[in-house]
Amino acid sequence: MTAQYLLKDVRPLGGEPTDVLVAGGLVAAIGPDAGDASENAPDDLEVIDATGMVLLPGLVDLHTHLREPGREDAETIASGTRAGAAGGFTAVHAMANTTPTQDTAGVVEQVWRLGAQAGWTDVHPVGAVSVGLAGEHLAELGAMADSAARVRVFSDDGKCVHDPVLMRRALEYVKAFDGVIAQHAQEPRLTQGAQMHEGVVSAEIGLAGWPAVAEEAIIARDVLLAEHVGSRLHVCHLSTAGSVEIIRWAKSRGIAVTAEVTPHHLVLTDEEARGYDPVFKVNPPLRTQADVDAVREGLADGTIDIVATDHAPHTREDKDCEWAAAAFGMTGLETALSVVQQTMVDTGRMTWADVARVLSTNPARIGRVEGHGRPIAVGEPANLVLVDPDQRRVVEPARQATASTNSPLRGRELPGAVVATFLRGRATVLDGVPQDDPADPRYAAGRVTP
Amino acid sequence: MRHLLSTTDLDRAAAIRVLDTAAQMAATQGRQIKKLPTLRGRTVVNLFFEDSTRTRISFETAAKRLSADVINFSAKGSSVSKGESLKDTALTLQAMGADAIVIRHQASGAPHTLAHAGWTEAAVVNAGDGMHQHPTQALLDAFTIRRHLTGTATNPDGVGHDLAGLHVAVVGDVLHSRVARSNVDLLHTLGAEVTLVAPPTLLPVGVGPWPAAVSYRLDDVLAQGPDAVMMLRVQRERMSTAGGGFFPSPLEYTRLYGLDARRLATLPDHSIVLHPGPMNRGLEISADAADSPRAVIVEQVANGVAVRMAVLYLLLSGDGDTPGAAPATGAVPALTSTSTPATAATTTTAGATA
Ligand SMILES: [Zn+2]
Repeated sequence: MTAQYLLKDVRPLGGEPTDVLVAGGLVAAIGPDAGDASENAPDDLEVIDATGMVLLPGLVDLHTHLREPGREDAETIASGTRAGAAGGFTAVHAMANTTPTQDTAGVVEQVWRLGAQAGWTDVHPVGAVSVGLAGEHLAELGAMADSAARVRVFSDDGKCVHDPVLMRRALEYVKAFDGVIAQHAQEPRLTQGAQMHEGVVSAEIGLAGWPAVAEEAIIARDVLLAEHVGSRLHVCHLSTAGSVEIIRWAKSRGIAVTAEVTPHHLVLTDEEARGYDPVFKVNPPLRTQADVDAVREGLADGTIDIVATDHAPHTREDKDCEWAAAAFGMTGLETALSVVQQTMVDTGRMTWADVARVLSTNPARIGRVEGHGRPIAVGEPANLVLVDPDQRRVVEPARQATASTNSPLRGRELPGAVVATFLRGRATVLDGVPQDDPADPRYAAGRVTP
Repeated sequence: MRHLLSTTDLDRAAAIRVLDTAAQMAATQGRQIKKLPTLRGRTVVNLFFEDSTRTRISFETAAKRLSADVINFSAKGSSVSKGESLKDTALTLQAMGADAIVIRHQASGAPHTLAHAGWTEAAVVNAGDGMHQHPTQALLDAFTIRRHLTGTATNPDGVGHDLAGLHVAVVGDVLHSRVARSNVDLLHTLGAEVTLVAPPTLLPVGVGPWPAAVSYRLDDVLAQGPDAVMMLRVQRERMSTAGGGFFPSPLEYTRLYGLDARRLATLPDHSIVLHPGPMNRGLEISADAADSPRAVIVEQVANGVAVRMAVLYLLLSGDGDTPGAAPATGAVPALTSTSTPATAATTTTAGATA
């Protein structure tokens, strides 16, 4: 018999305390009598005292690098989705910059299947826009959309679709299957050799600058292209105050654009680069405090639709070196919710219902993900996360579920903790601990084998 | 001082202490027997990831004149993309017992990483990192300026002085220049006024907060009568990068920013001309300017050895915190006392050497 869970005195979306019964893969009952609805014997009903805790729809990440296939030394689909579950996610979008690239139906189906076998979260592969991310020819977007993986989000992330003609074609083409192009906005010529945000700090410490305009110019071009062809555009990891302004303007014109910000761009600035610690090297780079303030404001007022992690695990050798030689990217799945709580909720900018909107409802809607980002209501799939906002914890990368240790928040104390995550009623995390099945050889081996 | 990574590591007192120590070292270099026993038994490694024969030889000479063992470790070709090599090299040098590592690296911050990543116990001297810093170059420039512009008959090296009241123009490719960054910081610390002169394309975005004035017009700045003019090297590859280069042609650069005989003649009589070398004669500096009596470029090279001796001395024996540092005592007088006359130092040192 499948386990059933009764969450006692829990606050759905941060509202008034009530009881929620999770049974049969669904939210089975809500209210003071919810426990009575259980058909299980009392022994099989696990009661969780959730006093003071917040219940949210399971988080949906639109931007995760799971590294498999190709870089299983940094992360596997199993380890990355286990980290996702630990962070409260029930669905993640696996970015296309793997080796081989996720640019064919075969590769996206492989990733999708490995995700399903691992069972920690749903895995929605992102399809590459161009063959091999080379920016020259459209990949077989239709085949990926029609595959078992049902791809709806397409991105060359890591690289910008910089050719305006290719970008236009991609925007137009995905209309046939309600897809969206997720753009990594980086003008390549303006960022040749760039290492960090171009400004006061880069001038002083002598690292080649990545100007804000290199991001903003591409976003401005793309929203106009999207308007011209009447397509959906999603802007990945927007990082500058100017980008927020452009998105705000585009939305006021009715352009179908959505935008994301990463947790790290909500909390860290380019000042972090002064110690030359490559754990702070990321693309787009950490910006200034004025930019951080602007993206927080944009997230609060709805200009920015979602928070997405851009979880980018890297091996130690790719970070344990001089700055210029290090890889771009930082982990984020297990700290995203805490960063949003710290920067947006605890500061009074957002409610928990807003958190559900930016970390679950909106990303599910943009990615056309069914069964996630749903209201917490009887009969809905039990994709849920139980959060204790009053806990505090110090980030220790070595103890995280991700296979990599490149967390920029190492040693920092963050508010909030994921107590439980439910994927269609099954607890993937309980008492803050991923629920490995020791009998399952997939976990003993540390990774899933097909 | 545990490492020398940036001129921002030095406050005014520390900077003057290095310059005064360099003056003592320079005094010993006028003698027939130049070698001091100060660092006998210590090992200095020159770790060069980027070619620079001049800087390497200068450090090597400085270390040898202090009787240190010198290992030259050329790591050029260990490309930046193979980043692990810095860590492995550091671990190797640590195992070999390096007391100081003099590092030149194409990546900004590599010396900082070497000093702080926990790979080595050695003192780290930045001999130039990317577009960041080249502190011993700035120290030798300051030493040279101080000697020429504050020295007197009784105190020819200007010992004890800072550079207050002096105006220094730094001209050329500021954007890519670690020499410019090091000089701006150190000259400011020592009380000098700095004006950066460059085409706007060769100034960093974000130069605003630097403690320096900025001008796009060399003639205007020369008309202010600067006490010292420092010409920066313009690398020829700057003309062929993205966007077609940072300036239209060498001819136009020379016309607007080159120091030639005409411009040299507009300077006050006491003004001096510096260049960190190697020079592009005919581009940023004409032969007339480079070879004029105002040019102190050759002297900069000699002062470089004295300054690097001072830095190695202060790092390796300054605090006497390491066993084996003992020979320092008596070889050169206590360097915490900046008032020690240079002549006394020479005498003591000569005695110890003999
Ligand atoms: Zn990206």
